[in-house]
Amino acid sequence: MLLIYCPYCEEERSELEFRQAGDAHIARPTNMTEMTDEEFEAFFFLRDNVKGLTYERWRHLNGCGRFFNAARDTVSDKFVTTYKAGLPKPDISALRPATEATVETYEATESNAK
Amino acid sequence: MADLATRTLPLSGFHGGSGAASLSAAAPATRLSLRAKADAVSALSLALGLSLPTRPKTSASGHGRHALWLGPDEWLIIDENGADMMGAVASSGVLHSATDISHRNTAVIVKGRGAEVAVNGGCPQDLSLAVFPVGACSRTVLGKAEVVLLRTAEDTFRVECWRSFAPYVSGLLNEAAEDAGN
Ligand SMILES: [Zn+2]
Repeated sequence: MLLIYCPYCEEERSELEFRQAGDAHIARPTNMTEMTDEEFEAFFFLRDNVKGLTYERWRHLNGCGRFFNAARDTVSDKFVTTYKAGLPKPDISALRPATEATVETYEATESNAK
Repeated sequence: MADLATRTLPLSGFHGGSGAASLSAAAPATRLSLRAKADAVSALSLALGLSLPTRPKTSASGHGRHALWLGPDEWLIIDENGADMMGAVASSGVLHSATDISHRNTAVIVKGRGAEVAVNGGCPQDLSLAVFPVGACSRTVLGKAEVVLLRTAEDTFRVECWRSFAPYVSGLLNEAAEDAGN
């Protein structure tokens, strides 16, 4: 079972209490009425689907109920850190030990595939 | 003749469990779902006669009334004497949101040396006394149902659940209590 640190409950809880809630740090446009359909599509639907380090919103649904953000590796499924909603992206290089810095990336594994 | 609606209690008369962990239906109580910002906490505490807890997983209890921290701006208030708490918080004079959920919830009391094992039969939290001491509380899951736990004694948990989940929650606790031993 995966344990996730909730920054509001200030302890690790079982993944069963949490829900993933999409990408974090998506800036909502201020000029939505003037946007083209393509621009709106890009904001609303299109996501990078990163392989490796990604920033996500999570909700401690069956706990304190809060949304928070997490930096997570989509290859290893490891949470690098979690932080309260509204805070900027943390400096990951300071948090991740050098030995874990090498995540398997698309470029490293598949771009040279014949 | 007057048309009177009769309210049925979801777990009326329920008893179960094992020698290690007995189960019983909690008596009817009044309950509030209370939401408020930090600046309203002291006035609401005064109105309720309890210090609303502001630390995660903590509660305050006195005279059959309990205030459970559920989130940074959310509490579950339970009064076992059926007091009018909507009136009490309304008199606080500060901005808050209160919803009477007395009948939305019901509760199972799990008691005995195997109580911890019985609740852990469906709940993934660490319920050891060091991590979940007497007075600790938390919204969490029991199997597929959401519950709120309150540890009222070293060997006793109050398990609050929505009334429509009561048959599932009591059934799962019953199975887990049997596994906890006799
Ligand atoms: Zn939480």
